[in-house]
Amino acid sequence: MNSVASTPSTALSQRLAAPMGLLLDRSETVQFRFEGQPVIGYKGDTIGSALLGNNYWMWSRSFKYHRARGPLTMSAHDANSLVQIQGEPNVLADKMAAANDLQVTGQNVNGTLAKDKDAILGHFGRFMPVGFYYRAFYKPKGVWDWWEKQIREKAGLGIADLKFTPEYYDKAYRFYDVVVVGSGPAGMTAALTAADAGVEVLLLEEHSVLGGSLTYADFSDLDDPEALRQQLISKVTQHDKITVMTDSVCNAWFVDNWLPVLHGKRLYKIRAKECIMATGSYEQHVVFRGNDLPGVVMCSAAMRMMKLYAIKPGQSAVVVTGNDDGYLTALALVAQGVEVKALVDMRGGVDDPTGTDSVETKNLIFRAQQAGIALRFGQTLYEAFGKEHVEAVEIRAIRGRGKVADNGDLLRCDLVCMSSGYMPAYQLLCQAGGQLSYDEERAEFAIRHLPEHLHIAGSVNGKHSIGAVIKDAEYAAATALALLGQPLATAPEAVECSRKVNYDWPIFPHPKGKDFVDYDEDLQSKDIVNATRMGYRDVQLVKRFSTVGMGPSQGRHSALPTARLVAQSTNRSITETGVTTARPPLTPEKLAYLAGRGFDPYRQTAMHHRHLELGAKMIPAGAWARPAFYPPQGSLLSGSAASPLIPRSRKIRNTAIEAEALHVRNHVGLIDVSTLGGIELRGPDAAELMNRIYTFGFLKQPVGKTRYAVLTSDQGVVVDDGVACRFADDCFYVTATTTGVDAVYRLMTFWNTQWRLDVDITNVTSAFAAVNLAGPDSRKVLEQLTDLDLSKEGFPYLACREGEIRIPVDGKADQTIPARLLRVGFVGELGYEIHVPSRYGEVLWDVLMQAGAAFDIKPFGVETQRLLRLEKGHIIISQDTDGMSHPGELGLDWAVSKNKPYFNGCRAVDIVMKRPQSRKLVGFKLPANLVAAGKKPEEGHLVLATSATEADITGNVTSCEYSPTVGAIIGMAYAGVHQSEVGARLPIRVNGEIVTAEVVALPFYDAEQARQDM
Amino acid sequence: MPFALLKYGLNNDYPFEKDADLPAPTALKRRYDVVIIGGGGHGVATAYYLAKYHGITNVAVLEKGYLGGGNTARNTAVIRSNYLTSDGVRFYSESVKLFQELSNEFNFNIMYSKRGQLTLAHTDSAIRGFRQRTEVNKHFGGKTELIDPQQIRELVPTLNMNPGHQPVLGGLWHMDGATARHDAVAWGYAKGATQRGVELHQLTEVTDVIVDDASGTVTGVKVKQGSAEQIIECGCAVQAVAGHSSLLAEKAGFRLPIVSYPLQAMVTQPVKPFLNPLVSSPAFHCYVQQTGRGELVFGGGSDPYPLYNTRSSLELKEQLLAHAVELFPFMANLKLMRQWAGLTDMTSDYSPIMGLSPVKNYYLDAGWGTWGFKSTPICGKTMAELVASGGKVPDLIKPFGVERFSEFRQVNEMGATAASH
Repeated sequence: MNSVASTPSTALSQRLAAPMGLLLDRSETVQFRFEGQPVIGYKGDTIGSALLGNNYWMWSRSFKYHRARGPLTMSAHDANSLVQIQGEPNVLADKMAAANDLQVTGQNVNGTLAKDKDAILGHFGRFMPVGFYYRAFYKPKGVWDWWEKQIREKAGLGIADLKFTPEYYDKAYRFYDVVVVGSGPAGMTAALTAADAGVEVLLLEEHSVLGGSLTYADFSDLDDPEALRQQLISKVTQHDKITVMTDSVCNAWFVDNWLPVLHGKRLYKIRAKECIMATGSYEQHVVFRGNDLPGVVMCSAAMRMMKLYAIKPGQSAVVVTGNDDGYLTALALVAQGVEVKALVDMRGGVDDPTGTDSVETKNLIFRAQQAGIALRFGQTLYEAFGKEHVEAVEIRAIRGRGKVADNGDLLRCDLVCMSSGYMPAYQLLCQAGGQLSYDEERAEFAIRHLPEHLHIAGSVNGKHSIGAVIKDAEYAAATALALLGQPLATAPEAVECSRKVNYDWPIFPHPKGKDFVDYDEDLQSKDIVNATRMGYRDVQLVKRFSTVGMGPSQGRHSALPTARLVAQSTNRSITETGVTTARPPLTPEKLAYLAGRGFDPYRQTAMHHRHLELGAKMIPAGAWARPAFYPPQGSLLSGSAASPLIPRSRKIRNTAIEAEALHVRNHVGLIDVSTLGGIELRGPDAAELMNRIYTFGFLKQPVGKTRYAVLTSDQGVVVDDGVACRFADDCFYVTATTTGVDAVYRLMTFWNTQWRLDVDITNVTSAFAAVNLAGPDSRKVLEQLTDLDLSKEGFPYLACREGEIRIPVDGKADQTIPARLLRVGFVGELGYEIHVPSRYGEVLWDVLMQAGAAFDIKPFGVETQRLLRLEKGHIIISQDTDGMSHPGELGLDWAVSKNKPYFNGCRAVDIVMKRPQSRKLVGFKLPANLVAAGKKPEEGHLVLATSATEADITGNVTSCEYSPTVGAIIGMAYAGVHQSEVGARLPIRVNGEIVTAEVVALPFYDAEQARQDM
Repeated sequence: MPFALLKYGLNNDYPFEKDADLPAPTALKRRYDVVIIGGGGHGVATAYYLAKYHGITNVAVLEKGYLGGGNTARNTAVIRSNYLTSDGVRFYSESVKLFQELSNEFNFNIMYSKRGQLTLAHTDSAIRGFRQRTEVNKHFGGKTELIDPQQIRELVPTLNMNPGHQPVLGGLWHMDGATARHDAVAWGYAKGATQRGVELHQLTEVTDVIVDDASGTVTGVKVKQGSAEQIIECGCAVQAVAGHSSLLAEKAGFRLPIVSYPLQAMVTQPVKPFLNPLVSSPAFHCYVQQTGRGELVFGGGSDPYPLYNTRSSLELKEQLLAHAVELFPFMANLKLMRQWAGLTDMTSDYSPIMGLSPVKNYYLDAGWGTWGFKSTPICGKTMAELVASGGKVPDLIKPFGVERFSEFRQVNEMGATAASH
């Protein structure tokens, strides 16, 4: 057999006859390529079984030593079967369906699979003891940099397709009374018992057919597993209370039976009132030298090859076993024409004279003898020989725990089947808090301390005969039903099963190593022992030091031998030693499952489409999109190209905002401010709540007036601001920052409840659309559209009104929309903020633009507003404030009431404002010509101490623009308090050079406030 | 082939007893000059520097689980100093310098890997913040630049520059950013400390802190090994139990302004290297790096509720990986292998708490949120100075005293920690 591949034409004819090949549909073939060579199989084949059908047994190379690796479990439970397909690394060959035209190659090879240049690493194994990388490569100092590169080159398994385009994956939610995980005899029985009682049951199966071990195994207490399987399947599939999902992996257990299930291209998130885990157990290998050679497989793998895929696994086999199941495998091999050269039973030797004394075993011994199989008791495999496939084995007598005789017999063979027992599929149960305890008598881990509503049945629960498994499943279902309030009339009793399937010590170290405990990580028995000898005694430290269990199969096969070796080496019990923590996911899950459809939530204002029509540059503001400015046609940049770090983009922005700003100053402009947060407070205690939340006094705020509202945190830091309008004694409408409103709303509702005030609080942010109509001509624009008295006296600065906006309708009478109008001065001109119900936002925009046409109204964006407010010296929360800014530093002392007992953060504000101030937010100015010289400070540049001898950081620039109105560079910055007086020199480091600005009084524009107070 | 490996490879008896990194367990003594509660990176680092620089070796490190099994084992091993405040940058920069020397100092390779860290800006305001961090870093001698989209493309060609509605506008490129084998850092310190006579007691839980009421001084700790409890006397005690700081402080009789949240992290199967820098996006609450083994490690925001439990949760994993796939669409096809959680002790200013406590001779090393691993060396060094001097707080950690919360003198690093770890 070896590496000589059969030709495609003969491959199919080598398959075993039916009923072998349960999963195959022999009416259809599939063809693909492996390492460039054609492979042919049947529909129903996995990549792996098709490869075996074409005599390819070497599938990949191992992680560290680049050893040849092939099938081990044939059930997608090991990492030896990881191959690369085009565009996807680390594909389980024994899981993924064979499909036409696939291009499959081995993984982790330097060159080709057959001629891997790095296979030489295997010969240097002795120079790579466990944790070798901690002991080398760093002396002399500096060499590590070189070594790291070399080692990094060798890291990783498959190659990721960096051009892969995500496919459509989504998510769904399901709810069941009982979810049963695993559809073996235990799972199907549990599902039927529960469903018969009338509850809704979901049965999950990771493979494509129901039946679990009934599909591939033989049993000493069941003659015809297929008959039982068919009988159970027909009941399960016809039961109207049972939903069956095959090809569905329950990939984790999260708290309260929250189960993520991978199926197709969908992640099901399933909540189970009761969950029954019938997850089975993993057959365990025997540790001997060469136990990783292709052709050395688990007994269950050989059974699967034959029964599921009609693969004849070899011509001449040696079976090594520590239980009865090896006999059943040997008998099945013989039945399919494989010569079994020896059945090596580790039991029954001088150490274990009674190991084969049970009636069942004796019966099997008799059957094996009848079949002409040579039996050897108390012996083991000591070494398997071969290069890319097993060619021979050496068998030696066992002489004590892990020890063997000095000599042995050599047997030629091309197949080795091993079974040393089972490890319960403990992962999901341990994720749920289950604990493993080792039963020395049975040499097996049992799972204890499961949470309520989580049950366990079958071989995962240590039941190893069909009779016990079925009874155990009925018991688990009955327990679940009782918790659901539907107890069975006659509750079954808990089951005991004394059948021993685990051999105590199937570990036979070889002085030359390559006796693998962990296949994924190429770890040999001495690696585990040596880790403990070097001081890493805790099994968690052994894992971390040696990397045992950290590979793709996450310890399914290494956990048990590791626990045994560590316990022995540190003189502890195996229960005390334990295994490393099982963590989700159970099987590797594509990120696509978790990412799902990929939601990218964003919000658009009612006027969004108008901005787009006007060619606005849109930028994110929290989840909102806002117009930044309206560049001239043809100069709109999008995506990364619009980065302010790119000179061209910056130039477009500056040109646009300077023009828009001048237009507002001289004529009239319109900006969409819908994203501003809006919170409405109604109720007898509305003023009281406002008063306790914000720093200013609000009890005496007159109806029809606005007030600046500043919010401080428990640390005394200014965290939000807005404008509070009082529309009635018991009604406030307060704005908040775009990104801060949700937190403000949360804070208000929290305290409203705590203080038991009588206020209804509503976050009306998205209920209102709003614009700011600003500029000397704004009154003239607005008076065309409203009956409100807009005169300076009738609607003065800082007043607010509720009224109506007229909407002219062609040929008909005007319609009206309700509006809230605020006279605010953020940009420093006569201006009106107009808030209308969101559905009228676009109409409002349109009528204002029409009414403003005669005055050359122009839209302006947030970047322009940023410049305009800077000219007026107004701060923007989070741009001009940071995590330490208290009201005193910001010159907001005036907005903090000293005449009330409490406001949010007042204690901290009192303390920080009383102590000497260390810094202050100041205005500064620089000549305009620095822009051209590339020396304009940018926001984030540092302010340094004025002293020439020291260069301590005293602050930073928070805002800085060239102002066409002022004709200079203007900005705000934190400065040391000693350098914060008007006229002081402020050293700013701009691109490494010091630029000295002058501290000036704020605002930069219209200090007399004449323009906004028109 | 390095000489060290030749030596090991040619000897069948390897490893010799003298090669052991950690000594076999011994019985507890009745009294120690210094008891360090918590055998994570910080605890053993403090012990190491006490022994190395101050000759103080009658020291016991008490660990309730196994060496480095708490947050030392659970963090995503980012080393960086690109913080925002002067206090922060000065402190973390010293840590980066010490990290670079550790392998040779320990004679144990911690696999320090200087990859650089790239933090992405998706908004103008992020660029402003990054510019300030760049400038503060440069001011203290760090290598950090604000880079534009083209430079980002060159550094990380696989990055999607226009994810969702938030295009990448710039990046904070922190060339000093690095990673190391996190376990090895704890092991190296433990090795160095125990070789100098410090005792490391694993599976030894401190169940109470004994404080003399009259003087307000710590006099000992009650410890539990298996089911046996006993009292160990001490001259002074250091608490270094990230994840449970507030619980232990309560036993010592005071409260800490700390709220603990679980933080999920996860790792894919190994693939061949393609991503050199550590990449993070605060806006996407996502951080990713490719380890020396080829795995991709992801981290993100904390779970939304406080909890003293390191259970894995599904929702955070979904959010985090959805964001990861937006930033690197091809990663949709890679496979997640393992997820785990750590406990982050969050302070309101996102800086640690180090120094004196309300209990005399009881020193605090707490509040390590998501910035504990990267400060291991400098924290150990300064805590050792603090202990050795009998309570004189070193200048470097003065800003981080617990009193800053009652005095409102916080060191705010909020913006510089979000999802960058």
